[in-house]
Amino acid sequence: MSRGRYWALVPLAFGALLMLFPLWWMLVVSLETPAQAGAATVEVGALELLPSEPQWHNYADAAREVGSVEWQGFLDALANSILVTFLTVLFTVLSCSLVGYALARIRFRGRGALFGVMLATMMLPPQVTMIPMFLVFRSLGWVDTILPLVVPALFGNAFFIFMFRQFMAQVPESLVEAARLDGCGHLEVWWRVMLPLCRPVIAITAVFTFIFVWNDFLGPLIYLHSERKATLAVALNSFRNQFGGLEDVQYLMALSLITMIPCILLFLVAQRQFVEGLGKGAVKG
Amino acid sequence: MASVSLKGLSKVYPGGVTAVQGVDLEVRDGEFVVLVGPSGCGKSTTLRMVAGLEEISAGELRIGERLVNEVPGRDRDVAMVFQSYALYPHLSVRQNLAFPLERRRAHGSKLLRLASAGYRAAARAEDAALAARVDEAARTLGITALLERKPGALSGGQRQRVAVGRALVREPAVFLFDEPLSNLDAKLRVEMRAELARLHQRLGATMLYVTHDQEEAMTLGDRLVVMEGGVVQQCGTPRDVYDRPANRFVAGFVGTPSMNFLPATLVEDAGAPALDVHGARLALPPSSRARPRAPRRGRARRAPGRARALRRGRPG
Repeated sequence: MSRGRYWALVPLAFGALLMLFPLWWMLVVSLETPAQAGAATVEVGALELLPSEPQWHNYADAAREVGSVEWQGFLDALANSILVTFLTVLFTVLSCSLVGYALARIRFRGRGALFGVMLATMMLPPQVTMIPMFLVFRSLGWVDTILPLVVPALFGNAFFIFMFRQFMAQVPESLVEAARLDGCGHLEVWWRVMLPLCRPVIAITAVFTFIFVWNDFLGPLIYLHSERKATLAVALNSFRNQFGGLEDVQYLMALSLITMIPCILLFLVAQRQFVEGLGKGAVKG
Repeated sequence: MASVSLKGLSKVYPGGVTAVQGVDLEVRDGEFVVLVGPSGCGKSTTLRMVAGLEEISAGELRIGERLVNEVPGRDRDVAMVFQSYALYPHLSVRQNLAFPLERRRAHGSKLLRLASAGYRAAARAEDAALAARVDEAARTLGITALLERKPGALSGGQRQRVAVGRALVREPAVFLFDEPLSNLDAKLRVEMRAELARLHQRLGATMLYVTHDQEEAMTLGDRLVVMEGGVVQQCGTPRDVYDRPANRFVAGFVGTPSMNFLPATLVEDAGAPALDVHGARLALPPSSRARPRAPRRGRARRAPGRARALRRGRPG
C-alpha cells in the first residue's frame, strides 16, 4: 500500500471511531455496576476502557424487568417485533418487485404517468398521511392489531419499487421472451425469472425495511395500545421511563444493545449484497 | 411437425413505421427455410410475428391448419433460439433444459401430488419422462457433461448448444432461430452450422431461420427468402437465388464477391438480341430472347454477371 493510501486511512479511521464510540460506550456501561454506570453517565472520565468486572447478568436482569410480568414483557415484545418485521419485509419485497416488474416489463396505457405519480409520493412526508391513515385504520377496527403496521407493505414503497423497476429494466428482453415462449405468464416470469435475478435488490430492500421496521417507534406507539402487543422499540421506551434514572442506566443500555443486535448481525451478514445492491441501483438507474 | 403459412403478413409499428409488408410464404412440413437480408429488412420482425412476440398488423398466419394470429406465443407450439441465447443465468443447464417442460405440466400438480397416491405415481412417471427427455437432448447435442453447470460457466458454443437443447426438448411443431450463430467466432460458427444441418436432417423438423449472413443462408436452407425494406424480394432454392436472382437487389446481395453490373446497351446481333458492353457483344441466353416483353433495343441497361462466369476470350 502506498504512503498516500495510508494517509487516506487516517480520516476514515477517525470517522469509524467517531461512529463506534456511542456503541462502545453503551457496551461498557451495560456491563458496569450501578455505581460505575451512574458515574460514567455524568462524567466521561469515569468511563473505563473495558469493564474490570463485567456484569453479564445485567442483560438477563434487564430483559426480565421489561413489562409488568417478569420475562413476559420482553418475550412478547420480541415476538411482536419479529412478527411485524418478518411480515413487513416479506410483503414489501413481494409487492415492490411485482409493481417494479409491471412498470418495467408490461406495456400499458398510462404506464409513464403512473410511474411519475408513484415517484411523486416519495415527496410526501409520512407525517402528512399519519392522521388520515389512523382514521382509516380506526374505521376498519384495526387499532391495537398489527394490521396497520403490516398491511400497508402490501401496497409497495415508492423508493424500492423504483429500485426494482430500474433493475428489471436492465434484464435482457430476450430472457423474458424466452420465458414466455417456454410457457410462463407474467406472474411466472416475475416469480421464476425476475425475482431470482433481483437478489441484490431484494437484499437491499429486505435490509433497509428490516432496520426501519425493527427500530420503528412511532407506528407501533400509535396503533398498538396493549402492553402484550407492544414491539421492542415501544417496550424499550416504557423501560426507559421505568429505568431511565442514573442508578439503573446499565439496564437501559443492556436492553438497547439487545434491541440493536439483530440489525447489526443482519448488516454484517448481508453487507456484500447490500453494497452490491446499492451500486446496482445507482449505476443501472 | 407442421407447415407454416404466411399470407399478406404485415407489421406496422405505432407511429406508422412499416417493418414488414405483405409477406407471403409457405413453409412446408419439415422444410428448412432461411430468411436472409440486410439489417432492418424485416426478417427478424417476421420471425417474431411467427413466434407471437410481435402482434400481427395485417394478414394471416397459420401453423398447420390453425390460424394463430391471436394465439399467444406459448400456445403456438413453437420454440425459439435467440441470438443472445437467453439462458436463465440462475438455473443449471439441466434446469434450463427442463424449464419449458415443467412449465407445461398441469398447474397445481404439486398440491395434487400431496393429495392422491395415484397422482403421486403418475407424477413420478412424469418426472422420469421429463428427465429422460432432458438427458436425450443433452446426449444429442453433446452437453451431458455440462448438465450441472450454470450458464455463466459455459463457453459461447456450449451456451448455444444449451439454447438449441432447450428448444429441442419441447419437440415443437416449428423451430425458430433468430441469428443464433452471430455471437460465435468464425470457426465455431462453421461447426455449429454443420451441427444444425445434421440436426435438421435427423429430426426432419420444420425450421425457420433468420440470418444476415448469406453464406449461412446458402449452406443451411432448403429455400431462401431474401428480404429488403420489409418486402420479400425472392423466394427460392439457394441455387435459384444465386443463379437466377429475381432483381438487382438480390443479384447484388447474394454471393461473395457480389455480382458485377456493367453498363450495357441492348442491341441486335445476327438477328438475335444481345448486349453491347463497352463494344463487346454478349449474346443473351435463350430464356431472355423468349421474353414476351423484351426491353426496347438501344435502351441503356446494366449487364449483371458473376466473375466466375467470365471466360477469357481470344483477342479480336
